[in-house]
Amino acid sequence: MKLHEISKSFGPVKANSNINLTVDRGEILGLLGENGAGKTTLMNILTGLYKPDSGKILIDNQLREFHNPREANKNGVGMVHQHFMLVPVFSVTENIILGEEPTKRFNKIDLENAKNKVLKISSEYKLDVDPDQIIEKLPVGIQQRVEIIKILFRDAEILIFDEPTAVLTPQEVVEFFEIIKNLKKTGKAIIFITHKLHEVLEICDRINVLRRGKIVGEEYPKKTDKKKLAELMVGRTVNLRTSRKKMEQGEVLLEVNGLSILSDNKEYVLSNVDLKLHKNEILGIAGVQGNGQTELVEALTGLRSVSSGKISYFGKEYKNFSPRKIHQLGVRHIPEDRQKQGLIGEFSLTENSILNTYYEEEFSYNITLNWTNAKIEAKKIIEKFDVRTNSENISANKLSGGNQQKLLIGREMSRSINLLIASQPTRGVDVGSIEYIHNQIVFARNKGIGVILNSTELEEIIALSDRIIVLFEGKVIAEFPSDTDPNIIGLAMAGEN
Amino acid sequence: MKIFNYFGNYFSNRETFQEIIVIPVFATLLAIFLGLLLLIVSGSSNEIALKALIALFYGSFGSISSISETLTAATPLIFAALGIAVGFKAGLFNIGAEGQIILGGMAAVIIGFSFQLPFFIHLILILLVGALFGALYAFISGWLKATTGAHEVITTIMLNLIAYRLLDFFLRIPSIQKEGRNDPISKSILDTAELPRILYFLDPNLRVHMGFLIAIFAVLIVYWLIFYTTIGYEFRAVGKNLEASRYSGISPSMTIILAMSIAGLLAGLAGASQIAGVLGRATPGFSAGIGFDAIAVALLGRAHPIGVLFAGILFGALIAGGRQMQVSADVSLDLITVIQALIIIFIAAPVLIRKLFPWIFR
Amino acid sequence: MDNTIKNNIEEKKTKKSIIVGLCLIVLGSIIYIFLGLNIEGYATFRLSRPTDPFALPNLILPAHSFIGISALLIAFFGGRIIIKAPKKFTLFIALSFFLAIAAFLVWATAGKSFSLTGMLQATVVRAVPIALAAMAGILCERVAVINIGIEGMLLAGAFAGALFGSIFGNFFGLILAVLVGGFFGFILAALVVTFRVDQIIAGVAINIFVLGITSFLTSHLLKSNPELNDAPVFKSINLPVLSDIPVLGPVLFKQNIFVYFSIFIVIISTYYLFKTAYGLRARAVGEHPKAAETLGISVLKTRFHHVIMGGMIAGFGGAWFTLGSVGRFDEGMTGGRGFIGLAAMIFGRWHPVGALFAALIFGFADSLQQKLAILRTPIPSEFLAMAPYLVTIIVVAGIVGNAKPPQAIGQAYVKEN
Repeated sequence: MKLHEISKSFGPVKANSNINLTVDRGEILGLLGENGAGKTTLMNILTGLYKPDSGKILIDNQLREFHNPREANKNGVGMVHQHFMLVPVFSVTENIILGEEPTKRFNKIDLENAKNKVLKISSEYKLDVDPDQIIEKLPVGIQQRVEIIKILFRDAEILIFDEPTAVLTPQEVVEFFEIIKNLKKTGKAIIFITHKLHEVLEICDRINVLRRGKIVGEEYPKKTDKKKLAELMVGRTVNLRTSRKKMEQGEVLLEVNGLSILSDNKEYVLSNVDLKLHKNEILGIAGVQGNGQTELVEALTGLRSVSSGKISYFGKEYKNFSPRKIHQLGVRHIPEDRQKQGLIGEFSLTENSILNTYYEEEFSYNITLNWTNAKIEAKKIIEKFDVRTNSENISANKLSGGNQQKLLIGREMSRSINLLIASQPTRGVDVGSIEYIHNQIVFARNKGIGVILNSTELEEIIALSDRIIVLFEGKVIAEFPSDTDPNIIGLAMAGEN
Repeated sequence: MKIFNYFGNYFSNRETFQEIIVIPVFATLLAIFLGLLLLIVSGSSNEIALKALIALFYGSFGSISSISETLTAATPLIFAALGIAVGFKAGLFNIGAEGQIILGGMAAVIIGFSFQLPFFIHLILILLVGALFGALYAFISGWLKATTGAHEVITTIMLNLIAYRLLDFFLRIPSIQKEGRNDPISKSILDTAELPRILYFLDPNLRVHMGFLIAIFAVLIVYWLIFYTTIGYEFRAVGKNLEASRYSGISPSMTIILAMSIAGLLAGLAGASQIAGVLGRATPGFSAGIGFDAIAVALLGRAHPIGVLFAGILFGALIAGGRQMQVSADVSLDLITVIQALIIIFIAAPVLIRKLFPWIFR
Repeated sequence: MDNTIKNNIEEKKTKKSIIVGLCLIVLGSIIYIFLGLNIEGYATFRLSRPTDPFALPNLILPAHSFIGISALLIAFFGGRIIIKAPKKFTLFIALSFFLAIAAFLVWATAGKSFSLTGMLQATVVRAVPIALAAMAGILCERVAVINIGIEGMLLAGAFAGALFGSIFGNFFGLILAVLVGGFFGFILAALVVTFRVDQIIAGVAINIFVLGITSFLTSHLLKSNPELNDAPVFKSINLPVLSDIPVLGPVLFKQNIFVYFSIFIVIISTYYLFKTAYGLRARAVGEHPKAAETLGISVLKTRFHHVIMGGMIAGFGGAWFTLGSVGRFDEGMTGGRGFIGLAAMIFGRWHPVGALFAALIFGFADSLQQKLAILRTPIPSEFLAMAPYLVTIIVVAGIVGNAKPPQAIGQAYVKEN
């Protein structure tokens, strides 16, 4: 398969410009790039979701054009999306056959036939699944297998994986690598998209690096290393470590004992969690997504009610207090999804600057809001936290992700603060902003604030934390000092001690 | 188009200007045009359609008395649409203004004929109680939404239907029904409870009453409430982003209940002002679909209090003009409902207007 | 540690069962005090007409003791729930409601006689427009389009049925009513799918538009030409043999084509949604449109088709009001049935069969108020007329928390390119 001079723009933004790319049968091509480098756009062109502005796609040296995903499928291109394209309430079989259903008379689905086909593929490629299970009841690793079977069911010869390891435990990643090695052996061409350096080095035969919509380099795993790839990916020398001087632990700020939370479907999302946080300390919470981190943070910030256990701030118990009460104690929260929780997109920067302080004396008298003070506050945050904007009156969704995050962090850190709970503080943020945000967090800790850092990026946890705990299936299964070998922490994240 | 550009400077950019002024204006004109087309298609002659069009304009702005009629019709619309706009701001779609108007009106009638009070006090009481009952009726929907998640669209519609039945029942209660009448009609309210006509000095037949001034005052109050108070801030936060409002410590349930109650309060005020200013008594159809027209008004006014004021006057004009149309061209008032629905559609789908008149939106 | 958590859950569970149990005990006492204390005589329920081939004797119940026993049973269920705290008590609640309604009926009929079969027949008839509205709602919501405009589509169907039925006869009137419903489905689809108008606003606009245009045409066209508002009504068709079955026969098999067709539509749409490939694709569009799109299923087309189909079914249901019952159109004659249909859809958890049963409950409430008016109970007729609306509110409030609509409901789908 060959891509020739592919370009695609969204308005003034050039997402892809003149991209050339080839992949052969029996080869794994790594496509490396930062968030927003244009990887996903490129793959959406390959799978027929987007139409390229210019350029050609060749398969087996023949010119092909896809107008929709089905045509791409027919030409043997299949993709496993980063967010699985599975219908949660359907069974495995239903998800696999959707759109290509074997039918009997009156359009009735031939379920037996379908199941047999699924089982055949699953044994042929060693992809073990139960065809009758409902998707939402399956772990992500298995869901991914369903996705793979789904594209094999459509006779895909070129398989594209978009950030396939983001949601997997290290253990599942190992299994997944086995699967794609198997696929490679059967002569499939595989494109592996990621921003994780060690993965491309481990599994790929060849690596293309994408930056700002352009291919900026081609490397071979044997002849390159992480540092070189990182530089290509970011476009300048990157400081992979944030400088952080050792500090003595201060007094205890937060203590959690035996915290348990039941989810709506009566399962424990957190069970019996104990933790302590001191002044001058960054406590990292590591773990694969969906192991109770979100619930823990929500419980600590009053957004979720606790089934049992104790949470005490500064020696006093504050279990099941409202988010506002907890905020008034000087506990600040950077939520994991800034667009969903932390900011109101249609509100102006000024309005967003007082989102959780609007009722305080400074900003309101009885019920009348004091917009003058709110504006001063907004300007202060914009200046102090380097939010790039020309006015505090524009709405927040007009800012870039990085600037939105800086506004949010600025709002939380500019007022009196004792404790910071930061969830995924750098998700979807450009590298420049990442460095800035990391420095701010370390700076806060140096001033005597306690920080809880919840991140699924192990590198971030290791770079910033003084102490690391690992959450697995809602339990704290290990605690490590900051200088632990990442591999050991990785094993713990997979549930192995 | 020059004049548009001139006004355009007052808006932060061209796009908001188009959104706020140009599209509503063209939506209204297009809807009136299509309404007349319907008239012709359904068998009326061109002359009648022309007559209807002239009547529509003359009846709304052609003379002092038509302007008075326009403002009289606009008054309850402004009140009720303000309520709906408050709901929109908090992310609620209150279709129940009609029922809230009925409840407010019923309460106003009872207060109006059963107490002997001095002029001003009686008037204030009738308005307050009307507003209170509207608020209580809307509170039911708000409370159901906050506690059980029942969609307010369905519950408010059902409460409308229940309100019609309640009104029927109410008008047959012997102590309420007018003495010596068999048809469902209530006793009349006392003079002390009536809203005075404000143009009485020009001509005692000009019906525009003090309710209109109160409506303008209500516009200012609601404007202040939405944009300059913590309560309005909470409404808007809940309306725009429920998750973020929870994060910021706002209680969405309390906000929903409060927003719904304020919406009902304003609708109840619409009912009370209609009773105290125009009708003087309740009859089965006294709400006259004001609650539904108000939805269109709120949408047309972009859920902004000032917008609602102008949209309310426009709709008042449509109704006053429509009545004139009925008298002089014998065209049913229902045509106005059709025009209103078309306005909602065009406002909600601005793309349609942009496609139909591309030359305005270069 | 784990024990304390378990205790916690247990505590919550018993709390809920205590509340429910107490409610039932209170209900039982209310029934006894208000209905049972001052009542004497017998309630006679007629099951067959004397002319029927297999006539059943009348069901005669002693009012006082029947009400007493019902009240006692309800209170007993309540007590049982409190003491045993079972995991699921929906069955007991349903039974209690059934008994409460039976007690109420006996109270209303005491000393008189009342045709039970007649009321069940009316229940089925009155359930028809609600069930059809619910089917229309299911077709739309299964592809994630909220259709608040069903009320308007019913009204449009009713009007078209009357007008065209008067001109072309009832058969073509029905077909044109279906087409008019489909036309409004098309308008809704165009607004929400193509122009991505807020689905609720678009639906409300359609309702207001149809209300306006039908009222306008009624006063402009039908009032001056009464012959245009006098459509021949579909007569009921007695199915041979089946219609002779006592009770069941008249209720199910002596009805007009609207009843038969509704049952047919329920069966077909169940088969379609859950057995066919097209149905699977439609449900995928409602649950996860993006996934469907990546597999080559056109989300926009699927939504368009289903909303039009929904409109056609609503148009058919609307024709019931004119061609299926009175033959003439009156302004706003659908009286909120479209919205009640939506409530039935939620109650039936977006499943055609469930919605049918829900529609029967609403139909029962509807026919109950009609028949009770005949019995001259001391309850004012206006309050009886509120019954279906109250039931709707209770259903929407009570069920909505537990029922899960299709995941993508209410969201416009933006096709990227």
